Amino acid sequence: MVIGGVSIGCIYALVALGFVLIYKATEVVNFAQGELMMLGAFLAYTFISILGWNYWLGAGAAIACMFVVGNITDRVILRPVIGQPQFSIVMVTIGFGYVARSAAGMMPGWGTETYAISTPFASEGMQIIPASMGSLVISQTDLSVIIATFLLCAILYGFFTYTRLGVAMQASSQNQLASYYMGIPVKSVFSMIWGISAASAAVAGILLAPTTLIDTSMGFLGLKAFPAAVLGGFGSIPGAVVGGVIIGIIETLAGFYLPPGFKNVAAYIILLIVLVVRPQGLFGQKTGKRV
Amino acid sequence: MRFLFKTNYEQDVRLAKHSGYIWSYATLMLILLVIPYLLDEYYIGQLTQLFIVAIAGVGLMLLAGYTGQVSLGHAAFFGIGAYTEAVLSGNGMALPFMDEPIVFSFLLSFPLAGVFAALAGIAIGIPALRLVGVYLAIATFAFAIIVEEVFSRWESVTNGYSGLMVESIYFGDMELTDGLPFYFLCLGVLIAVILFSLNLLRSPTGRAMMAVRDSEISAQSMGVNLAKTKTTAFAISAGITGLAGALFAHKLGFLSPESFTVLQSMELLVLVIVGGLGSLHGAVFGAIFVLALPQGLAIFKDFLPVQLAEQPGLEPLIFGLILVFFIIFEPMGIYGRWLKVKLYFQMFPLYKKATFKRQKSYMKSERLK
Repeated sequence: MVIGGVSIGCIYALVALGFVLIYKATEVVNFAQGELMMLGAFLAYTFISILGWNYWLGAGAAIACMFVVGNITDRVILRPVIGQPQFSIVMVTIGFGYVARSAAGMMPGWGTETYAISTPFASEGMQIIPASMGSLVISQTDLSVIIATFLLCAILYGFFTYTRLGVAMQASSQNQLASYYMGIPVKSVFSMIWGISAASAAVAGILLAPTTLIDTSMGFLGLKAFPAAVLGGFGSIPGAVVGGVIIGIIETLAGFYLPPGFKNVAAYIILLIVLVVRPQGLFGQKTGKRV
Repeated sequence: MRFLFKTNYEQDVRLAKHSGYIWSYATLMLILLVIPYLLDEYYIGQLTQLFIVAIAGVGLMLLAGYTGQVSLGHAAFFGIGAYTEAVLSGNGMALPFMDEPIVFSFLLSFPLAGVFAALAGIAIGIPALRLVGVYLAIATFAFAIIVEEVFSRWESVTNGYSGLMVESIYFGDMELTDGLPFYFLCLGVLIAVILFSLNLLRSPTGRAMMAVRDSEISAQSMGVNLAKTKTTAFAISAGITGLAGALFAHKLGFLSPESFTVLQSMELLVLVIVGGLGSLHGAVFGAIFVLALPQGLAIFKDFLPVQLAEQPGLEPLIFGLILVFFIIFEPMGIYGRWLKVKLYFQMFPLYKKATFKRQKSYMKSERLK
């Protein structure tokens, strides 16, 4: 059961990763992250189930498409509102979420029903640790989610630490003005970050598809990623992963041990507690404000 | 163009700046008093609904437009007001030491609905003191989701998803919560709330709220008590929204948790933004927009090809598009547009586009180091 929680938590973590990437770089909180995940899942569904491509090829194509979608979103919707109050920017992303959700519902072939993607992963249990050592049974689907999350984190970590572009992104997230002076094209870096974040949302969507099926309202699951991101500290990438896993586990346990109803709100109760007790989260840095 | 020469301070804080205000608002009042006698019942209902939504809009406007605090959870306060009213005026409140539950009269339960919502506002306002911007938005959002869950699970009081009937209120023989009397009740509450807000905004509390919106640091240096101001703003805003909720309960006649979801909060926010942040006119304009949009779409649908018109997602799509377009192209909302049109005619051949243009746009950072 804890494993199931970890696997759900990894999905939250992937979505939260998207939030954190965007927030860290551009200080925009993207309320449409769940919708990006939904779009990614639907694209994968189109490639794999409708066009009949290979699973890996379809997934790759969906991720690449979402990268482009993220780029365009930033270019078209977010760049014009730079400099407006945070409130307006948040509302723009909410509006984008509305549009994405209903547009997906109107696409021919997508519609408002639920769909499944056929995956190469079996959903039966698989014994990892032999029974003599205290058996641990885990389904391939869950395992795929966990492995993919850690792979993605490793790739992102490597990207941010070792590549030129990654370092440029770090710089522009720390101080936009200074990095602009240093010759970093901050605007296109922002678009790239949106692209990466949309791509990681697509990964989350594809991995989630076997467990919860795809429909246009799966984006609401993305809202669960808020507690994860806040718990980990809103600007921290490892924090997002750890926060996601913790939220996933707590939610599963709450569904089992507490009266019904607590499963849905457990994450939010934790969110409120964290915000009151330790607003900077587990891994966040505390920032002071100098006038 | 009219030039106002102010000769004393009284003139500066006066509600009606010049005789034009008195004339135009008196005409508006007259129209609103006469019009229900000319329209049929459906439109009276729609106008009543408009007033209720506008009350909630004014509530949120005080918080979002004047204090600069984002709330993604105003439907929760709306719902608390509605359920308080429904429970207190219906089954009544059962206290452990009393045999019969107390059933409140409307005159008492209606203010109590506002008070309960305001208390909830204080409860969420206190943690909000330590939070800024995005964190506050997320906290209110979490609060709204928890409250929604409470509405659906606390079945002994709210009856859960099976819903709660709301009793009608009678004053003598007259049914207060239907038709004309209800229209005038809602109109009266709306006017009272707007007058209250106008007076609040020219009082020290209101000015402190606006100072907090414009810059917390400079407000603090001027001696504004941040904690007190923010909590007051939350309480007042939640209280007004709660009053709207109580009226809404009677309008609907039947409550279920689905009426108070996060989507409802979003709709209130759209109202505030499309109407125009930072103006009470905006709250009313926004309410007109939010209610007129579905109606307009229904008419518009007849002209669309059937495949497109039958799509269930059409309404949210247009809703989202309008929201995005407003923020990108007209951040001051309908009221801002109205001001521009007015100025255009006032200065007729001399109007310059640049009057309202923002000089520079910076990326504003919340985490200064």
